[in-house]
Amino acid sequence: MTPDNLTPEAASGATAPEQRQDESSGLKGLTPKAKKQRLDRLAELAAVHADEKGRSLWAEAFRRVRKNPAAVIGAIVLLLFVLVAIIGPFLVPYSPTSTAWADQVKEGQNIIPGPSSEHWFGLDHNGRDEFSRVIVGARQTLLVGVVATSLGLLVGCLLGGLAGSAYALGGRRGRQVDNAIMRVVDMLLAMPSLLLAVSVAALLGPSLITVMIAVGVISVPVFARLLRGSMIAQGHAEYVTAATALGVRRGRIALGHVLPNSLAPVLVQATLTLATAIIEAAALSFLGLGNPDPAVPEWGVMLTDALTRLEVAPRLTIYPAVGIIITAFGFTLLGEAMREALDPKLRK
Amino acid sequence: MALLEVEDLGVTFHADRDVRAVDGVSFAVDAGKVVGLVGESGCGKSVTSLALIGLLPNQNTKRVRVDGSAKFDGLDLLRADRRTLRDIRGREIAMIFQDPLSSLNPVVPIGVQVAEVLIRHRGIGKHEAERRSAELLDRVGIPDPRRRLKEYPHQLSGGMRQRALIAMAVACRPRLLIADEPTTALDVTIQAQILELLKELVREDGTALIMITHDLGVVAGLCDSVNVLYAGRVVESAGRHELFAHPTHPYTVGLLNSIPRLDALRGEELTPIRGSVRDVLAWSAGCAFAPRCDRAIETCLTGPPSLEGTNHSFRCVNPEVVP
Ligand SMILES: Nc1ncnc2c1ncn2[C@@H]1O[C@H](COP(=O)(O)OP(=O)(O)O)[C@@H](O)[C@H]1O
Ligand code: SF4
Ligand SMILES: [Mg+2]
Repeated sequence: MTPDNLTPEAASGATAPEQRQDESSGLKGLTPKAKKQRLDRLAELAAVHADEKGRSLWAEAFRRVRKNPAAVIGAIVLLLFVLVAIIGPFLVPYSPTSTAWADQVKEGQNIIPGPSSEHWFGLDHNGRDEFSRVIVGARQTLLVGVVATSLGLLVGCLLGGLAGSAYALGGRRGRQVDNAIMRVVDMLLAMPSLLLAVSVAALLGPSLITVMIAVGVISVPVFARLLRGSMIAQGHAEYVTAATALGVRRGRIALGHVLPNSLAPVLVQATLTLATAIIEAAALSFLGLGNPDPAVPEWGVMLTDALTRLEVAPRLTIYPAVGIIITAFGFTLLGEAMREALDPKLRK
Repeated sequence: MALLEVEDLGVTFHADRDVRAVDGVSFAVDAGKVVGLVGESGCGKSVTSLALIGLLPNQNTKRVRVDGSAKFDGLDLLRADRRTLRDIRGREIAMIFQDPLSSLNPVVPIGVQVAEVLIRHRGIGKHEAERRSAELLDRVGIPDPRRRLKEYPHQLSGGMRQRALIAMAVACRPRLLIADEPTTALDVTIQAQILELLKELVREDGTALIMITHDLGVVAGLCDSVNVLYAGRVVESAGRHELFAHPTHPYTVGLLNSIPRLDALRGEELTPIRGSVRDVLAWSAGCAFAPRCDRAIETCLTGPPSLEGTNHSFRCVNPEVVP
């Protein structure tokens, strides 16, 4: 990665590990100002919409992504993860909820049986097959990540699209609508994301839906600011002038022309957000705000349960943690490669 | 009465310093006629045409002042309200831009872009619009129009893209077409084809055309009358034959001498106008062309020369020939 990849803030004062953390989780750990700068840069890219040969931005970016080994690795990791999440539960050797081997666990004597040929990852503290639980947990994790990101994407794009259209349609009323929406969005963006998520989750009470909503809420301002910026950048494009010169209505230009051209950066951000969503969902579950139902294994909850038995069976923390790390890593690799492919400044 | 009568059109951009990009330009376009606006890059051609249809960036705000009048069929375009203008654009007046690639939306199929103009102004359904779009593509010489309708701009060649844009512009048979350097971005061989197409279309439909170009060669084959612009003002205006037979303003003569000619003797050199458009004088101080003019005399710097003559007018105190 080129030094350009770092925001000015990150590049100057920060130490190396902090930089790494910034990159691995998209926007996490950035100051609100740096967050905005990064989003705005991504939004600007919507305006660079074709190269000299006339290939579309999409085709060009796709070609570049395919040549990037990091992107390919990310894509493969994700593909495996999605496969496991979808078909894994049908293939697991045992039911993830069966406590058929509970008699082998003697917590009083600190005995939780480890890996064996019957139980590849061993048993958990309730005597359930850990391997089956990890595999089935992948589905929950994917579900939370995808639903939360979709929620944030939907609401964020509605807000951002509304603000962007209002701005593009112009007039004093348009600017007012845009201003009002963006003031709220920037306020949300300035809040530390985990604090926001915990507040939302505390309001709603612990459940899987709570985690999805809480994690979705924190990505709302990200998508809103991105789409709005992207639409405004597109608004100056020549095809907008050309369509206006033929009398095409402003609403139609905003929705039929500007919006579809503004989506590339949003797509990139969605990939990056999936990574953070998975981490944040795990964090909320870990804090006890997730699904309390033990029948549905989830990596974050498994991690919490395992942590109280860290001395007895440290391996029980490793499985879900590695699962979370690998998945988030896959989304981040692919997302960063896509961002790089879109941004001429980041190309090597 | 002329179809379009532009009277004293002026455009001032209020930025760090004020830029008077167009300064008292007057010309008329009769129904079915082709009028050329000619001049080097930066002389105010695009600003003139955009001002006419109300599409200058920030037009009607404090940052841009537009004065004068532009009567289209009696309606002053510069003072028309937004709604009226929006109905006129595309239906009565249509515009073709220089760069066909960036003028088309890269992620919307060609067919949708053509059809939306028809749907907007003709109030027809999607299906009917698609049928007519295919006819239009056929009319502008795009082979296999049914298939092309579904393609995206990057799948078409430069010439085909410009044809598609022309199809969009003539879709509603406007009475006036404004073409802003429609061939500049194209290969030479394609340029001739596109000019031929434009000529044919306006003749068949009886459309008036404002042809904007920096190339007097384009004007020679197409225009009925010509206005030569320099630094935002008309410096010479005449019928095509008159202009080519008796070029009067030293700038026009300079432009003519810099056109490559097929009948030129081998080894004969083109004589480009010396200096560049950046060497302009403010019109208030004298003739803006004086820093580049071989015929400049002292009187040229005593004040702005006025436009003389009626059928063949020119703005010069020491012209080459007096018409
Ligand atoms: N938005 C603007 N703000 C300030 N100056 C402008 C703007 N648009 C054009 N100009 C100036 O107006 C002059 C004429 O530009 P233009 O009409 O585009 O020239 P051309 O004849 O090449 O089409 C140029 O000198 C340009 O710098
Ligand atoms: S007025 Fe003078 S400087 Fe201007 S074009 Fe005529 S001769 Fe040249
Ligand atoms: Mg121009």
